[in-house]
Amino acid sequence: MTPPSGAKTVVPSITVRFAGDSGDGMQLAGDQLTDTAAVMGNDFATLPEYPAEIRAPAGTLPGVSSFQVQFSENIIFTPGDSADVLVAMNPAALKVTLKRLRKGGLIILNEDAFTAQDLARAAWTSNPLLDGTLKDWQLLKVPLTTLTRNALKDSPLTSSEKDRCKNFFALGMTFWLYDRTPDHTIEWIREKFGPKPEIARANVEALKAGYNYADVAESLPSPVAVRPAKLPPGPYRKITGNDALAIGLVTAAQLAKKTLFYGSYPITPASTILEFLSRQKHFGVKTFQAEDEIAAVGSAIGASFGGALAATGTSGPGLCLKSEGLNLAVMTELPLVVVDVQRAGPSTGMPTKTEQTDLLQALFGRNGESPVVVIAPKTPSDCFDAAVEACRIAVEHMTPVLLLSDAYLASSHEPWRLPDIEKLRPIQAQHPSGQPGKQFFPYARDPQTLVRPWALPGTLGLEHRIGGLSKTESGGVSYDPDNHEKMIRLRAEKVARVADRIPLMEVRGPTSGKLLVLGWGSSYGATYQAVTELTEAGKKVSQAHLTYLNPFPKNLEDVLKSFNIILVPEMNSGHLLMLLRNRFPGKNFVGYNRVRGIPIFVAEMKEEILRYL
Amino acid sequence: MSLPIHPDAQEGRPSHSKADFISGQDVRWCPGCGDYSILGAMQQTLAKFDLPTEKYVFISGIGCSSRFPYYMKTYGMHSIHGRAPAIASGLRTVRDDLSIWVITGDGDGLSIGGNHILHVLRRNLDVNIVLVNNQIYGLTKGQYSPTSPVGQMTRSSPAGSIDYPVNPLCVAIASEATFIARTFDQDPRHMGEIFARAMKHKGTSFIEVLQNCIVFNDKAHQSVVGRENRDERMIYLKHGQPLLWGKEGKKKAVRLKGLHPEAVDYDPAREKEYLVHDETDPLPHTAYFLTQLLPPEFPVPFGVFRCIERPTYDELLNRQIDEAKNKEGEGNLKDLIYGNDTWTVK
Repeated sequence: MTPPSGAKTVVPSITVRFAGDSGDGMQLAGDQLTDTAAVMGNDFATLPEYPAEIRAPAGTLPGVSSFQVQFSENIIFTPGDSADVLVAMNPAALKVTLKRLRKGGLIILNEDAFTAQDLARAAWTSNPLLDGTLKDWQLLKVPLTTLTRNALKDSPLTSSEKDRCKNFFALGMTFWLYDRTPDHTIEWIREKFGPKPEIARANVEALKAGYNYADVAESLPSPVAVRPAKLPPGPYRKITGNDALAIGLVTAAQLAKKTLFYGSYPITPASTILEFLSRQKHFGVKTFQAEDEIAAVGSAIGASFGGALAATGTSGPGLCLKSEGLNLAVMTELPLVVVDVQRAGPSTGMPTKTEQTDLLQALFGRNGESPVVVIAPKTPSDCFDAAVEACRIAVEHMTPVLLLSDAYLASSHEPWRLPDIEKLRPIQAQHPSGQPGKQFFPYARDPQTLVRPWALPGTLGLEHRIGGLSKTESGGVSYDPDNHEKMIRLRAEKVARVADRIPLMEVRGPTSGKLLVLGWGSSYGATYQAVTELTEAGKKVSQAHLTYLNPFPKNLEDVLKSFNIILVPEMNSGHLLMLLRNRFPGKNFVGYNRVRGIPIFVAEMKEEILRYL
Repeated sequence: MSLPIHPDAQEGRPSHSKADFISGQDVRWCPGCGDYSILGAMQQTLAKFDLPTEKYVFISGIGCSSRFPYYMKTYGMHSIHGRAPAIASGLRTVRDDLSIWVITGDGDGLSIGGNHILHVLRRNLDVNIVLVNNQIYGLTKGQYSPTSPVGQMTRSSPAGSIDYPVNPLCVAIASEATFIARTFDQDPRHMGEIFARAMKHKGTSFIEVLQNCIVFNDKAHQSVVGRENRDERMIYLKHGQPLLWGKEGKKKAVRLKGLHPEAVDYDPAREKEYLVHDETDPLPHTAYFLTQLLPPEFPVPFGVFRCIERPTYDELLNRQIDEAKNKEGEGNLKDLIYGNDTWTVK
């Protein structure tokens, strides 16, 4: 099909939100718009939002599922603060997502789904189409159900099957509006529904009908185009954080020439890592769906003792349960990667929503002196690098590593510039062999790194016992006060020396000045965009980002020295802020803290930065 | 080729001695503790097999008996309270060349770690579990445990325990364990036989060892295992043999009346009426029934209650991995990273 002809307005970026019932195929429509943006060379970022309920009653507020995607000619890392266009399949979708549409934006809604009964189900006390509720937006009422049925009148499908095609009708309209080719989606439909040609045909027909409807309907605004982005050259794919993280774990196991063991208990939003890895058996990956979070970390410790590359994954509430196991790994000094896909807490909180509220738990949420390495990815694709790095540090430094992702990174998509596999460095696991007549010291240390040997069961002559009790270098249980303190300091120093190998922190923008924005984790995206836009507007502001939360990069102090004010944005009430103030007293740190379960917006980030300039 | 971890029999001259299995670390149980004889029986038994010391791993939780791994000159981990089965599960999943033993107690295995016992058993993970049952929390100095009888007065139940106790073997049967046995600390020969049977069994072996805590619960099992009581209160199960007990000339047998057992005087002419032990019965009813035989009318059974074959978790997992490799070919990292839908930016 040919894109609309004639003069088009070109804009730098567009944000679209699809919203409907969980059965309306909104995630699918969003995915397809995203894939097409990828094919057309835009940069993009997505925000899928599912209801926590599996299938809430149709048409009700808790059942609304939505998907937001921003595609752009610029490098972007956020799905957009608010949408330019909202496709609402019913009154509930309109009600739940209206506040996420910018004033003056376009609402395309399914007029057929606004009967008195539909409105009541969505708790509208009066009809928003008539009462002025929508006066601040452009409104496009489209009888999506009727039009889809008409388009499919010759199809042998049942009427409920036909109605399920209306997401493609709406998608077709969106394609026309934003100058997108529907060809990629047509190809995808044919492949996906290959064994069901009637369904494939109906979906393609609905898509084309929506596209053509947009072309001829005079009520539509004229199409708007977004040019390709100047992404660094190379091969790309679309990826979510959890998929990237799982691929990273498999990759690390290959780099270490080890079996990957992943012990986990299902928990939102980490479960998709377990699911992904359970499909990688041809890599020899062994997944163990444990009976609980405690057994999940326990099994990983056992696998690590046996010489596997062992990881466990969870979210905040699960990390609470794993803390005792984590401490056993600290004490036995075994390599272990613990993935925490943070979600809104405390307690059950909002399981599908994002937060960065586990940082202090990750660092300090255990009994005794219990240092672990903590690292955090900043974008969905960065979850790959973070996973490889977590495994590398765990294995080469014989320590548990906590990897703090979050619900936003977990399910959000972005283009991933694929790594050159040949250039990935091998991970060096050292397993000693026994020497006849020589006593083995399980806690003898490498003088440089303070790393103890990873002696594997089955090795002749290295029989030894490890455990949670305080030990001497020879592995004997000891209550000696000096030995206890010595071992505490050694373990802490071992973790501190990881700083010797991690990259120095880089600064975007001027390396000195009035204001540095210093974040960690997924707040990167909003900060990046805010700093970019303000810099383009002539403001002087710099950005730095911490991937390593423990230990900090060695040049952190030097970087901080060169700025008057350090603004620390976090989706918590000030965890990193507290750490920095403690570590660098006298420096002027200020926080920007939001704990709403959603990523920080670019607009508010800009506003916050401007307060200090 | 590595040595089998489930040797069929102890053939010929054993290549090890008991001393090979003694770690040399000072044993710190109380003088007179039943754990000494359990440790000795284990060391003695393992020495009879060809499998070398480095091929064994002992994993324990927390409690008096959980110090066990420190005294074995094998690989070991003294882990955290109740979690040894989980740790053993991870180890077994990645290593099929080791003989893995879990040492736990009535508190460690049935209270804080009760959940893990249930799941390791139902998965039939190929590990051997020795649950040392002394009906008391010893290491914390004498509180009632999940196997303490109702009414037991302890430091935390001065008016008597009001908890109904759990029977460890019933838990094992309900979890569909494939090997279930009971032995006791005062019979090293019997313990050795049972440990050897567990070693031979492929799948989870669950062994309850009645043990005497001399300090906090002395003589808890005396009414059954005391020498003066054994004839009337104990019965050694033998596969294919009728359940007979009592002094010579005054033997008794079990006869089933519907679902109810009755103790009858043994009469050789009526042997066909008596209950015969079948440890290989795939249904769990008989094994469960045996756990319900209690004094004074019946003796307490010792020996192997159940020994059946069923594919193990580790076996099934490895099979799935082999099948995946056969079907999809050995995993290729580039295919995984690139996925099905890539594009190139020039």
